[in-house]
Amino acid sequence: MQPLLEVHRLVKQYRGVRAVDGISFNIERGTCVGLLGPNGAGKTTTVEILEGIIPATSGEILFKGGPIDDQFRQSAGIMFQNTALQEHITVQETLTLFRSFYRHTRPLNELIASCALGDFLSRDVQKLSGGQRQRLLLAIALLNDPEILFLDEPTTGLDPQARRNFWQLIRDIKAEQKTVALTTHYMDEAYQLCDEIAIMDRGRIIAQGSPQQLLKSHFENSVISLPLDHIPASLKESCSLSLHQRNRHVEIHSNDLNSSIRMLLDQGVSLEQMQIRSPTLEDLFLELTGHELRA
Amino acid sequence: MNIRRFAATLVARNREFLRDRMALSWNILLPVLIVMGFAFAFTSDNQDLFKVGVMGAPGAGGAFLAIQHIKFIPVDDLESAVPKVERHQLDMLLDLKQRRYWINRTSANGYMLERLLTATGNVFSRQTVNGKEIRYVDWLIPGVLGMNVMFSSLFGVGYVIVRYRKNGVLKRLKATPLTPFEFLAAQVISRLWLIIMVTGLVYTGTDIFVGFRMNGSYLTLLLVLALGALSMISLGLIVAARMANEEAANGLLNMLSWPMMLLSGVWFSLEGSPQIVQQLALLLPLTHFTQAAREVMIDGAGLWEIRWHLAVLSAMTGIFMTIGARTFRWE
Repeated sequence: MQPLLEVHRLVKQYRGVRAVDGISFNIERGTCVGLLGPNGAGKTTTVEILEGIIPATSGEILFKGGPIDDQFRQSAGIMFQNTALQEHITVQETLTLFRSFYRHTRPLNELIASCALGDFLSRDVQKLSGGQRQRLLLAIALLNDPEILFLDEPTTGLDPQARRNFWQLIRDIKAEQKTVALTTHYMDEAYQLCDEIAIMDRGRIIAQGSPQQLLKSHFENSVISLPLDHIPASLKESCSLSLHQRNRHVEIHSNDLNSSIRMLLDQGVSLEQMQIRSPTLEDLFLELTGHELRA
Repeated sequence: MNIRRFAATLVARNREFLRDRMALSWNILLPVLIVMGFAFAFTSDNQDLFKVGVMGAPGAGGAFLAIQHIKFIPVDDLESAVPKVERHQLDMLLDLKQRRYWINRTSANGYMLERLLTATGNVFSRQTVNGKEIRYVDWLIPGVLGMNVMFSSLFGVGYVIVRYRKNGVLKRLKATPLTPFEFLAAQVISRLWLIIMVTGLVYTGTDIFVGFRMNGSYLTLLLVLALGALSMISLGLIVAARMANEEAANGLLNMLSWPMMLLSGVWFSLEGSPQIVQQLALLLPLTHFTQAAREVMIDGAGLWEIRWHLAVLSAMTGIFMTIGARTFRWE
């Protein structure tokens, strides 16, 4: 089956900076694809080229097998990272305004209920909380019942509860078999929501696949975390464990948990406050790029 | 053009303006206060520069023509000079040959000049101005209305679109099927409608407080208002076409509006000012608006008499709007 969106050798060159450096990927119908990476990796530039907001320097984008045309705007739902709305207008009026731009729209009541806007419909958009505002922006992006929904860093700046609520909204959208393109620098968000991810760094895609596939192909192990002061300086030289220092902890990537713990005990390491977890996308990112994710 | 998209954008912009109480009250109150202030100030006129139209050889005026701080302006014919006394464009008209003078009895300047003339030992006979004499406030009102239209047009469109661009409102609209033409048309029509409404309120308000002359047709005046506003809104569109910096836009709009206000004869007649200034003033839409409005309100001029001003305002609207729309960018 033909992908809904195809991206071939996309390049965006700014003066002295290659923000997007020849990337290619496909977005299949009904999937949620995540572009992951630190700030400045080129995610927003990529997604804004796909949305038709900024032109590419070179490369090709195909929507349903054809070039992007005016019809694409009727079929795409877009939620930008930073958006201001007209001032002194209520939530209801804002929805009515944006609804008038499209030929085919979803029933407003349905959207108000699904995005939980009912409690503040008559409130000025300037007086909304962060979570309320993001839900309104999501509702605007969904007004035209889009075939593809672009979400650029949708939960940045939200508190943990608002983030979880927002994730549930995106899961509901996914349940309707909508195609979603999501950018985020939160690895847990990508893991929770995306069927497929492309990890970007310095304008390039450095890994691509489902979160589970990516983790499986790069790690066959668990991560043991211990406080830094529990680890004697001599340990690195005296044993074969792979050690990584992260802040005030040392992380040990282990293929055989039993033998690793036995080895630590043999070296006299205290296992107080020890944590064992599965590797995350953040570990993968660090493994691939060698630098901190939010640097 | 999709009428539904245009109408929704128009309604949203109108709501935004009408609910911004600060901006709305400023738009209405400021011109009323200016007119009231001037109406009171000019009952005891304290202008330090008098304008006297002089016909005939200057030698015959004697000591009066040597007084400082009076600008003596040579005039060629009485027929065009006498109405200028009526309209406070000249404080006095002196005919040295026939030894007579004209003043406007409602003008404090005219009174002072008459006293000066007799004090310098000249014997001239006083002539009454034919027709109804007008007060300075009658002459001022069209100018103040024009000034208000200018500020509202330039800043209400130019500054607002630049702010939309800076804070991302335009970027969000770009992502919808709304076209630049629909968006700009909504901004222009919204501002035009608001200007007509606000000007109507200001006109009525000042008429109640100070009362002024309206000798022409209200429909003709409405046409002058609409064309004048459209020409200046279109000028605002040029400023708003690309800029994304509010401070720079503010500076540029001030750079356009202040010289326009000073050169268009809003406050004082340009009579007697250098020819180059008078020529330059004809390039400004506010000059044509103010002159046309004065001719309608004071002289009762009809469409035919002000055709030249209407043609220039229409041409300016067409040129400015084409440039503004063609150079417009969402980002």
